[in-house]
Amino acid sequence: MTWKTMTYTGWGRVHDATGRVARPERMSHLQALEPLPAIGNCRSYGDACLNDGGDAVLMTRLDRILDLDLDAGEVEVEAGLPVGDLAKLLAPKGWLPAVMPGTGFATIGGCIANDVHGKNHHGVGSFGQHVLSIKLIQDGKPKTVTPKQVSLFKATVGGLGQTGIIASARLKLLPCEGDVITVTERRIDDLDSFFEALDGSRSTYTVGWIDATAKGASLGRGILEEAETAYGLVPKKPKSRKVPFDATGFALSSPVVRAFNAAYFRRIPESGQTRVKPISDFFFPLDKVHDWNRLYGKRGFHQFQCVVPVAGKDVLREMLEEISRAGLASPLAVLKRMGDGRGGYLSFPMEGYTLAVDFPNRGRAEALIGELEEMTAKAGGRIYFAKDATARAETVRAMYPDLKKFAEVANKIDPNHEFATDLVRRLRLREVS
Amino acid sequence: MNNTWIILGATSSMARAFARAVSDRGDGVLLCGRDMADLKASAVDCAARGAPIAEALAFDARDPKSFQPIIDRALREDGQLHVSVFVGSMPPQDAVDADPSLIAGVVTDSYTGPATFLQRIAPELEARGGATVVGVGSVAGDRGRIGNYVYGSAKAGFHTYLSGLRNRLTRAGGHVVTVKPGFSDTAMTWGLEGMFLVASPEKIAEDILRAVDKKKDVLYTPFFWRYIMGIIKAIPERVFKKLSV
Ligand SMILES: Cc1cc2nc3c(=O)[nH]c(=O)nc-3n(C[C@H](O)[C@H](O)[C@H](O)COP(=O)(O)OP(=O)(O)OC[C@H]3O[C@@H](n4cnc5c(N)ncnc54)[C@H](O)[C@@H]3O)c2cc1C
Ligand SMILES: NC(=O)c1ccc[n+]([C@@H]2O[C@H](COP(=O)([O-])OP(=O)(O)OC[C@H]3O[C@@H](n4cnc5c(N)ncnc54)[C@H](OP(=O)(O)O)[C@@H]3O)[C@@H](O)[C@H]2O)c1
Repeated sequence: MTWKTMTYTGWGRVHDATGRVARPERMSHLQALEPLPAIGNCRSYGDACLNDGGDAVLMTRLDRILDLDLDAGEVEVEAGLPVGDLAKLLAPKGWLPAVMPGTGFATIGGCIANDVHGKNHHGVGSFGQHVLSIKLIQDGKPKTVTPKQVSLFKATVGGLGQTGIIASARLKLLPCEGDVITVTERRIDDLDSFFEALDGSRSTYTVGWIDATAKGASLGRGILEEAETAYGLVPKKPKSRKVPFDATGFALSSPVVRAFNAAYFRRIPESGQTRVKPISDFFFPLDKVHDWNRLYGKRGFHQFQCVVPVAGKDVLREMLEEISRAGLASPLAVLKRMGDGRGGYLSFPMEGYTLAVDFPNRGRAEALIGELEEMTAKAGGRIYFAKDATARAETVRAMYPDLKKFAEVANKIDPNHEFATDLVRRLRLREVS
Repeated sequence: MNNTWIILGATSSMARAFARAVSDRGDGVLLCGRDMADLKASAVDCAARGAPIAEALAFDARDPKSFQPIIDRALREDGQLHVSVFVGSMPPQDAVDADPSLIAGVVTDSYTGPATFLQRIAPELEARGGATVVGVGSVAGDRGRIGNYVYGSAKAGFHTYLSGLRNRLTRAGGHVVTVKPGFSDTAMTWGLEGMFLVASPEKIAEDILRAVDKKKDVLYTPFFWRYIMGIIKAIPERVFKKLSV
């Protein structure tokens, strides 16, 4: 196996890692490697996908369909396949991956290892709940894990790669009407109306865009998007664009973001609107602009994402006040209702509301995120490892009650912590007590 | 009319991208190479993407006995037959310096093996009319350089062979595309020093397919390598011999 010594980053580009990276193109080469952490398309924002000073295996060239059963609605794929590629292939045949995160670049391995959620979490739960089996490589030999092996399965789903390399997986699919989607957008005037609208939504796919710069009576205003897949024809979208260089601070300065958000809000007529789009425009709206993370400049950016239980939802108002006061938010802010579906010990979801906000990495951003984390903890909520770059181990322990069970399983398989990544070490996720 | 592609060296990521691209269009693929387990996985993948026929077949450029069964299998398909060659090997030049007997293998993998195969199937391609042959050479074949002139010379031989085959097949309504990739991000170059302007295998495959459709003779991919190689070829030998480019 040949190695490439390289420096790579998480999606937020705040942390980086330097080390040897292997990129096998066939299973036999993957199996020939000593135990080491696997990484996908590095769409995690922080350091979940980094192993500074150590080796890693990049899974992206193992991206084939290994079995497709359209009658049963099941597919087996190599773990490096991007979930968006799978959706594109399956939708015209009447099926979709049951759960899709907001980027189609996330690989199936990454979707399992972070037990990702989608815009239909309230209806179908998390990614791991639709996984029928996983081929795990722990010491060269692949081993099949199914939900029947409860503890190993639960430590693998959402397990950040700590139980071994996910080589391939068999997934249960969700039927869909076709490869277009009918999207209804309506304005929401404030936070209480948002909670109400999210609770009342009966759609398969529901997501809220929130104006994190709005204050006072408009605090929590935004746009509710509800969608159903459909059969039909829509014009092909233009080719994706690239951000060719790192942007300067101006692009995302506070007045620019405020003006942008106000315009974005008013884009939707007061009476709302319904449009038909290609599915990827709805599920992966940001993927059209390649490398958009470079818009935040060299210093990168953070995403804060928390989920809080329904009873603790008022903390979101305090958070939004805090955020708009700080004047640091970017246009990317999302509010969603979550169900209780979760597949693993370290899965993020819980019944409640999840808020995600991007912040450029400047000024008080990290301090603000620290405060938001404390508020989340007090409200009985949790933060998401896929997004985190700054949390402290102590804060996180209380949020994940099954951490001990997780660490016991992982430590038994990997006593020397050869699968550990920078995030796992920073948050001490492998410590049993 | 249905199209079937014989793909030699189908484990290469460039070939894999090409096989997917033709599968997307509904063409059949016969994936030929040495690693049968890997080829079988690719065959399922191509079938899922729309290939009406997708099979893995054993092919070793150094074992001419493996050629005829592939040709026989291909001839069972009616419709149009096409061949694409992605086979090649590039041991480091210093390994070749240490053991010159490696040269025979490089030449067999990159030139004489595929040429022997093409020579055997050529009459069938002529008989069926509009066949396309895609031969992947390399910009390294355009000029011998200190860093990899053994590999380069094998590719140069293959280029010349392809140009002759083009001359022959054109008369029978066929077509030959000589592909000269620059640096591509594949297993061959992963971790090599001195790579620049590296193109993805998908980009190369897309360019190849366009060249097939447009019946281009010689494709540099990405396109700017035509200009880079134009300059490199224009340097007088008396100067070039002192350079290490
Ligand atoms: C624009 C954008 C929108 C997003 N929207 C959502 C969303 O709506 N919902 C959501 O849940 N998440 C979302 N995310 C987060 C993203 O889905 C996750 O971070 C996902 O894990 C990324 O997949 P990846 O392949 O890039 O994995 P990486 O980021 O490379 O790795 C993630 C983790 O998985 C492990 N891993 C990866 N592959 C393997 C493997 N084969 N075997 C074992 N371990 C492996 C890594 O070690 C690491 O711990 C979003 C991210 C972006 C950039
Ligand atoms: N990567 C670049 O920058 C670059 C640039 C210019 C040209 N090229 C050319 O592009 C083509 C594809 O290469 P790549 O970059 O994708 O590298 P690669 O993965 O090393 O591909 C080489 C292919 O040739 C096959 N092969 C080698 N010897 C063989 C033999 N004796 N019998 C049968 N198959 C044999 C390999 O099969 P196995 O899997 O069995 O080994 C593999 O499929 C090659 O012809 C290469 O010379 C590459």
